[in-house]
Amino acid sequence: MASQARKSALLFSGSDWDFAKLSRVYDEIEAIGVEELHLDIYPVQMEVISSEQMLDAYSSVGMPLMYRHWSFGKHFIYDELLYRKGARGLAYELVINSNPCIVYLMEENTMALQALVTAHAALGHNHFFKNNHLFRQWTDAGGILNYLDFAKSYIARCEERHGLAAVEAILDAAHSLMEQGVFRYHRPPKLSSEQQREGLRERLEYEERSFNDLWRTLPSSQGKNKPEARDEVLAERKKSLNLPEENLLYFLEKNSLVLEPWQREIVRIVRVVAQYFYPQRQTQVMNEGCATFVHYTLMNTLFERGRISEGAMLEILRNHSNVVFQPAYDDPRYSGINPYALGLDMMQDIQRISTAPTAEDRDWFPDIAGRGDWRDTLLDAWANHRDESFIHQYLSPALIRKWRLFVLADGADEPHYQVASIHNERGYRKIRSALAHSYEIGAKRPDIEVVDVDLLGDRCLRLQHNVKNGILLDGESRDATLRHIRRLWGYDVSLAAVDAETGAMLSERSTKDL
Amino acid sequence: MPIFIDRRLNPKDKSLGNRQRFLRRAREELKRSIRDRVRAGSIAELDREHAVPIPRKGTSEPTFSDAKDSGRRQHILPGNKTFNAGDLVPKPNGGGGAGASAPGTTESEDDFRFVLSREEVLDLFFEDLELPDLVKLSLKQILSFKPKRAGFAASGAPTNINVGRTMRNSHGRRIALRRPKRAEVEALAAQIAELESKPPDARTHERIVALRAELDRLERRRRRIAYVDPVDIRFNRFDPQPRPNASAVMFCLMDVSGSMGEREKDLAKRFFVLLHLFLTRRYERTEIVFIRHTHEAKEVDEHTFFYHTQSGGTVVSTALEEMHRIIEERYPASEWNIYAAQASDGDNFATDSERCIELLDRRLMRLCQYFAYVEIIDERESHIFGSTENGTSLWRAYNAVDQKWPNFQMRRIAAPADIYPVFRELFARQPDLRKSA
Repeated sequence: MASQARKSALLFSGSDWDFAKLSRVYDEIEAIGVEELHLDIYPVQMEVISSEQMLDAYSSVGMPLMYRHWSFGKHFIYDELLYRKGARGLAYELVINSNPCIVYLMEENTMALQALVTAHAALGHNHFFKNNHLFRQWTDAGGILNYLDFAKSYIARCEERHGLAAVEAILDAAHSLMEQGVFRYHRPPKLSSEQQREGLRERLEYEERSFNDLWRTLPSSQGKNKPEARDEVLAERKKSLNLPEENLLYFLEKNSLVLEPWQREIVRIVRVVAQYFYPQRQTQVMNEGCATFVHYTLMNTLFERGRISEGAMLEILRNHSNVVFQPAYDDPRYSGINPYALGLDMMQDIQRISTAPTAEDRDWFPDIAGRGDWRDTLLDAWANHRDESFIHQYLSPALIRKWRLFVLADGADEPHYQVASIHNERGYRKIRSALAHSYEIGAKRPDIEVVDVDLLGDRCLRLQHNVKNGILLDGESRDATLRHIRRLWGYDVSLAAVDAETGAMLSERSTKDL
Repeated sequence: MPIFIDRRLNPKDKSLGNRQRFLRRAREELKRSIRDRVRAGSIAELDREHAVPIPRKGTSEPTFSDAKDSGRRQHILPGNKTFNAGDLVPKPNGGGGAGASAPGTTESEDDFRFVLSREEVLDLFFEDLELPDLVKLSLKQILSFKPKRAGFAASGAPTNINVGRTMRNSHGRRIALRRPKRAEVEALAAQIAELESKPPDARTHERIVALRAELDRLERRRRRIAYVDPVDIRFNRFDPQPRPNASAVMFCLMDVSGSMGEREKDLAKRFFVLLHLFLTRRYERTEIVFIRHTHEAKEVDEHTFFYHTQSGGTVVSTALEEMHRIIEERYPASEWNIYAAQASDGDNFATDSERCIELLDRRLMRLCQYFAYVEIIDERESHIFGSTENGTSLWRAYNAVDQKWPNFQMRRIAAPADIYPVFRELFARQPDLRKSA
């Protein structure tokens, strides 16, 4: 009798899926997610696609719409080849940070997998997208699809009008600067409204009208050639151009002397896309960890309530453990730290600290140890952290021991690596900050900014690379990228490598020498 | 309740445009790798898919990236087993210095190959090649007609009678003219027979006479009004429709006398294969005729053509005569685009060359779309004969034809590497030639 009641409570049986089952499972999972984990999500739009379509989506950086460019074709060939050879499976799902949140389900998945994917993407990722402060502040989930639609048709129109080659040249150059095309520290400037632009135009017109050549004949304030005065001129110039500027694409878009309006618009499109993906790159561990934690918790709850069968649960667990597999550093399968595994372990660790803390945990995390409100702690972490700060805040000694993390110092000119820290009392903090630092995107990518340009002189654009820890740029790709910048800027470009600590000039490279 | 959208039926090749852009981008490099393959000798396999390495030139996506061999870094790794703080670990040799333990070493994209479809391969391979003598081709195209049904006609050949339409007309006419039906006549005859079988008396006799008269009248009427009259007959009408000429025949002529060794035959074969590939791409239907000759010529199959030797002298004109005979017999020039490629080492019976010129000039060149002569010479000879007009007796003789006919081309081949360039030369787009023709 009991077993019969249990059977009828099952959400689905068998491995085939249909839309009625999907809908039933989604409703149940959403109810549990909201009730158990207090998730807060965008409405969901689920789209069923085939594996070919998944490959298509892969090559266009995961977006359902994208403008055309040969590099996407190249990546498609590469992805397809790996997939056909069996070297790599396809993702079971793809989720897009948009409102409504679009989740792609693969046709080939079994029903158990669809349930897993629904919990992972439609609840986990969706909650993260909606609540994390980076996504809230920096991306516009409601508008991204419209924008991409615009971008796609705009670039197609440009190809028709100006030819494939011309559009490709601009896209190539802009793509090479995508890394340097984001605002890292301040929010992107608001679009100037029509009114503001109108005001600016009026002011310029007024200045033209009231121009008086007499003013030029006035003797300049004494000694214009004095060094301080020249510095002043320089400072004035930099101020008027908002220098130094870290967003190279933004600078080129606004100030390039040779770009035509349509070319500026293309540069802008690339910049907007780069900016859109910037938060995702800063929150890999958290985003995947959040989704994995959510699906793991929800699936277990479903199973405990007797809503899914043991067979389905076994399949789900098998896939789950594949996803969170973390080989050791000397394993041939090792390819870096698995963000799914790290994220899930840290979040489960928070749960443990909150409910069953040890003395060490109380020492390290007095705020949350033993309080029992792990849900609120997690919701708070998901909303307010990115990878770097999350690891800094929550990586516990227990987890470091479990993972047996160690730090290897690697000096390029030394014949040996040196083990800097291991999982012991002296090492915990160092490991934690080293790991957190390695997720700091700003520190990982070369720090390059526009420092000066003499618009009235030779118009040479001066860039500066702030060298940290003596890590220089790779020569070949640097030269190729400089050529791209020159194409966008129109005049010569020089790049100076300056040591960030000492301020010493290390080297200088200019497109004149190329 | 989420929104469900089933996208499985959406068009699949969303990234086809990107693939085409990529191929165009890498065009030069892909072309070179396919041409290398041809030079390497596997021409016979050209007509299919090919795996080619991902081209690197022109398809790199440079960004500012860190140099691997500079600076100080820290790697954070899981799974420590034996290390203690301060231990020195030797760096793995080779590779990018950082080696296996460094994070971020992913498989490089450089050493994998992807598959070009047959169409893509041939497109790249035959780029810039054009069918020679296009003006003549377009004239020729409308020379072949195909009859096409175009309604009905009152006159025509008996084979074209449209039975259905004819019978419909006859039926209408029979009804209109009230031709007695067979059933009516038979009923009347049966009635008469029944009356006659009864014992005769005056009334029945009278009735029989009346019925006989009626029967007679009906029979006469039936005879007068034909079942099918010539006015009923309709014929299917056909309009001759000009048809683009979509078939080509390629004649391979080769000298197989003792002077042609394995090397010469191999070179000739490759040239023929290229020509065949080229034609199959342009025409719906392509046939090949192999004619080999010594002092006598014979049509043979492909295997015999390339692999059997025959001893004898060399009389080139026999092959040309044989070709002419076959054209007359099987390939009327109005229906076929005729191409010919002749390979020889240039030897010919001294007095025969004149006859060759005459054959070509008077007969064959009028029929042929294109005649290519490749002379296979020794590599040492290529220095001497490279560009001069002198040469073997056949070469000198053909020079005269070359002057006169724009669709005649001749080249020398000394090594496998020459084949493709010569082929390209022969079939390169020639705008001036088109004008002069």
